[in-house]
Amino acid sequence: MKRAGRYILFYAALLGLWTLLAKLKIWPPYLFPTPWGVGESLYAGFQDHTYWIAIRVSMQRVLIGYGISVVLGMILGLGVASNKFLEETMGGLLVSLQSLPSICWWPLALLWFGLNQNAILFVVVMGSLLSVTLAMEDGRKQMPKIFGQAGRNLGAKGFKLFWYVLLPASLPFIVSGLKQGWAFAWRSLITAEMLYLSLGLGQVLMMGRDLNDMSAVMAVMILIIALGYIVDGIVFKSMERHLQNKWGLTPA
Amino acid sequence: MSTNAQSVSHGFPMPVSPRMPARGTKLGPVSVDQLDRELSTRVSKVGLSDICLSYRSQSGERLLALDNINLQVRAGEFVCVVGPSGCGKSTLLHLIAGLHAQTSGQVLIDGTPVQGPGTDRILIFQEHGLFPWLTVAQNVEFGMKMKGLPKAEREEKMRYYLRLVHLAKFEKSYIHQLSGGMRQRVAIARALATEPDVLLMDEPFAALDAQTRDLLHDELERIWSETGRTIIFVTHNVREAVRLGDRVVLLTFRPGRVKSEFPVSLPRPRSLEDPEVALAARDVLDELREEINRSLEAEYKEGTKPHIDPGVQA
Repeated sequence: MKRAGRYILFYAALLGLWTLLAKLKIWPPYLFPTPWGVGESLYAGFQDHTYWIAIRVSMQRVLIGYGISVVLGMILGLGVASNKFLEETMGGLLVSLQSLPSICWWPLALLWFGLNQNAILFVVVMGSLLSVTLAMEDGRKQMPKIFGQAGRNLGAKGFKLFWYVLLPASLPFIVSGLKQGWAFAWRSLITAEMLYLSLGLGQVLMMGRDLNDMSAVMAVMILIIALGYIVDGIVFKSMERHLQNKWGLTPA
Repeated sequence: MSTNAQSVSHGFPMPVSPRMPARGTKLGPVSVDQLDRELSTRVSKVGLSDICLSYRSQSGERLLALDNINLQVRAGEFVCVVGPSGCGKSTLLHLIAGLHAQTSGQVLIDGTPVQGPGTDRILIFQEHGLFPWLTVAQNVEFGMKMKGLPKAEREEKMRYYLRLVHLAKFEKSYIHQLSGGMRQRVAIARALATEPDVLLMDEPFAALDAQTRDLLHDELERIWSETGRTIIFVTHNVREAVRLGDRVVLLTFRPGRVKSEFPVSLPRPRSLEDPEVALAARDVLDELREEINRSLEAEYKEGTKPHIDPGVQA
């Protein structure tokens, strides 16, 4: 309860400071809106369905893109971890590629796929693929060897060995990588959407800018933060908790 | 397969050659030639012929871990393998399980060379071999699921084998909720559920407290006599080996060779405290001590713990 109290105090202070600055009118209201101005924008956006549509479109895209990265990343990561040659060659390439911001793939994606949804998906995949791959590679290495041996001993091989043994055995080690991959996918998506008339949240954000509507801009920013946080806090937290219960690990 | 409870011969076990005929073989007035022929036509359950294993150490030199191992194990026999740590006894089990390949020689099951893992031979590890992401029931069913058995059949067998190890109530538990002794019983149930001919046990009770180990010895002996499986049991505990085995095989320290074999024909069920067991163990221990001394010497000289193939031993 003490913690909840501290939260309330902190956010109340933040809102108070914001209101105070807005009230002082140091900057004109259209550049620095009040909290309730942003609240009204949020309400209006949901009322006329703009935000609902944007959320649906963006979530759909990020789920597809992230899904592709997870599948590809697991295959790549396993491949790199289980082959010495690939580990030495591709391992280094993957790490160096990670320093490239995913939006740098945008021009390439435009030329390859044209100005459409596939270009956005490509950027999302490139944004999260490396995190998932590196996490999987790492998980495969950290995973105790005995699980693979026991699985093979009990007659699992090929895809069955991967699906029923190697994958579940490495899950606790890759959950943080999957989480990081999600964060990258979400960021890449919003960035790409801002560059293209796309119906998604990124475009709605840019629309606020085009209309000089600062309270709409801030409302969408809050939405983006909230959605990213909800997925992180609900999906990944429950996944971690589930794994901890099964494995008998103590929460970190 | 009987437990030989009726054969009450209290003779001291004596080291014999690895080619000693199986118990039950008629030893009439036969010529050596005839005996040889009989032995070669009689296919043992597990046959190790001229097994050698060498590996490259980190400093790049070639080290011999196992040197020319020959061993024949009859169907239904309980063989214990003892040796100082670093003699490659666990490695030997991995070779039989098909998880690693020997450098030369052959592992034969019913006369057929082993090529990779197979569910006719299941290895039980010292610890951590169970899957923590599955329940006890799912662990026991795992091998059957890989074989593609229908669910109803799997569940029936799973219940049967969990009852056999007295864990019927723990079907839905996760592995971390069980004690060390219970975990090893789950591991035994999981291994038996795939109905292997051969159980390979790699120091399965080494990490358990003495009371639990005593109980599991009794259980293993009972399960062995009820199911008639062939068991190859690796341990560094001589008393345990004599208490459980029909035969104790002693390996030398680096490279591992069969130093001698001791048939144990004490009546079953046995107990670790039986004076006969203690007496028989002393004979084995006398020979083992030489090897332990050699391993300690090597340890002092190197300043490190003897270590054979980290991938296998760990």
